Amino acid sequence: MAEQKIDVAYVAELARLELTDEEKAVFQPQLENIVKYVEKISEVDVEGIEPMMHGKALVNAFREDVVRPSMAREDALANAPARVGDEFLLPKIVEGAES
Amino acid sequence: MRLCELGIAAARAGLAKGEFSSRELVQSVIDSWREKNGSVGAYLTFDEEQALALADANPGAVPIAVKDLINVKGQPCTCASKILQGYVSPYDATVIARMKAAGFIPAGRVNMDEFAMGSSTENSALGVTRNPYDLERVPGGSSGGSAAAVGAGMCVAALGTDTGGSIRQPASFCNCVGVKPSYGRVSRYGVTAFASSLDQVGPLAKNVEDAAILLGAIAGHDEMDGTTPDVPVPDYAAALEGATLKGRRIGVVREYRDIAGLDPEVKRIADEAVARCAAAGAEIVEVSLPHAEYAMAVYYIIAPAEASANLARFDGVRYGHRSQRSQDVFTLYTRSRAEGFGPEVKRRIIMGTYVLSSGYYDAYYARAQKVRTLIRRDFEEAFASVDAILTPCAPTPAFKAGEVLDPLTMYLNDLFTIPSSLAGVCASAVPAGFTAATPQRPALPVGVQFICGSFEEAKLFSISKAFEAS
Repeated sequence: MAEQKIDVAYVAELARLELTDEEKAVFQPQLENIVKYVEKISEVDVEGIEPMMHGKALVNAFREDVVRPSMAREDALANAPARVGDEFLLPKIVEGAES
Repeated sequence: MRLCELGIAAARAGLAKGEFSSRELVQSVIDSWREKNGSVGAYLTFDEEQALALADANPGAVPIAVKDLINVKGQPCTCASKILQGYVSPYDATVIARMKAAGFIPAGRVNMDEFAMGSSTENSALGVTRNPYDLERVPGGSSGGSAAAVGAGMCVAALGTDTGGSIRQPASFCNCVGVKPSYGRVSRYGVTAFASSLDQVGPLAKNVEDAAILLGAIAGHDEMDGTTPDVPVPDYAAALEGATLKGRRIGVVREYRDIAGLDPEVKRIADEAVARCAAAGAEIVEVSLPHAEYAMAVYYIIAPAEASANLARFDGVRYGHRSQRSQDVFTLYTRSRAEGFGPEVKRRIIMGTYVLSSGYYDAYYARAQKVRTLIRRDFEEAFASVDAILTPCAPTPAFKAGEVLDPLTMYLNDLFTIPSSLAGVCASAVPAGFTAATPQRPALPVGVQFICGSFEEAKLFSISKAFEAS
């Protein structure tokens, strides 16, 4: 078997995505194929070429720094999966802290 | 004929003459939804009461179907993903606010590939959409619900989004006009991001005039989207007056002449479209896009890379699905995302994370951005000698549901639409004919693509209109 280019299980962990063993088995060859396909760009001579970051070259779109109303707190919290009062509720993050 | 089978211009004329009311127009959309959604499945959800209330509050307004990734206050916005089931938008996207101010109201949420990733709408986690011209076939994607709704006469017109072809390919499959505006022409504030250096919102409509009216309503600078320059929006509908191909220089792409994988009927229709332009007085000029062959590879690095960053926000913390199996914050992230995202979204997040990861960034992402510059330059050089470039829209007509299973094969649907997306220029899909019916395949609609330079939408509409009339 040829050397694999992408370690799907490892990259999924970087992406904070839990995969089942079945998903790993399906995605590994599929992504291997896609990675091989995109390597086509290595043929192109890009010496001295500037990267294109966006569909239109715009630099620093400034606007006046004025205070104005933002989304109401209740609206921002309305879709929370879990909340306590005015805050989003999450599992304990810091070891030893009170949850 | 139902009222909603009228286009925007015709509906406005009827409303102005008092032949019918906005409420009756909205009611006709609701009737059509009730009758046809079971078979076509264009809509995911439809809030009848809200649509009728908006019609009553806005006499003269025309209803528009909205792709389910554009926020409308008080309505769902699922992106056709389980991760956003139950989400209710707390605000209007800029395009919705603009549309309302211009005499339109949002009515109905149309299906799509999950997070706009796909070319058949089969990646929707929430519903099946079928092609109104053959229910065994897909409507294209990712704006498949928008295109199916327009093609089936289930709405007056629709909004979609296009990152690599997601308006143009379904428009071709469902016999509609679709326009991907130039990058920066339309604000994305309130539109769920897929690939931020590519995404644009645009119209799907029954004819070129309607698309021009709807784009005119939503386009323009928005201080909530820093990528929209403060460039005035021309009156696109007025630009259609006296539209002619006479004296226009239309480019055909040398590299596409004998391209592999092109359906013979699509090739015939595209060749006939070139002949129609010539017969209408256009000068046909061969142009070269030497780097177009690398566009797919560039796109499938840049788009997943940006998607992997944009979709990091779906972590089960502030909104969206939260796993009930999480023990700590890490598994809250990994399991909420595992349960919420479908397979194509997961593949693209992994691909994007890979090309951005340490040790690979320069070989993939940074290099792809440089090749993208070369692709943009190809277009700049071509537009020095032509007004527009004419290409097929998609390599095939609508294919059967379940027929394309390999992800990389599915990606090839966007072969002709991705280069212009990367270049940031504007492009339209315009119906050009039907394939010949065979025992294996009924007659299916096929569109062609016109491409014009950045912020040259007025010219794009004029040329598209003249072609439509030819």
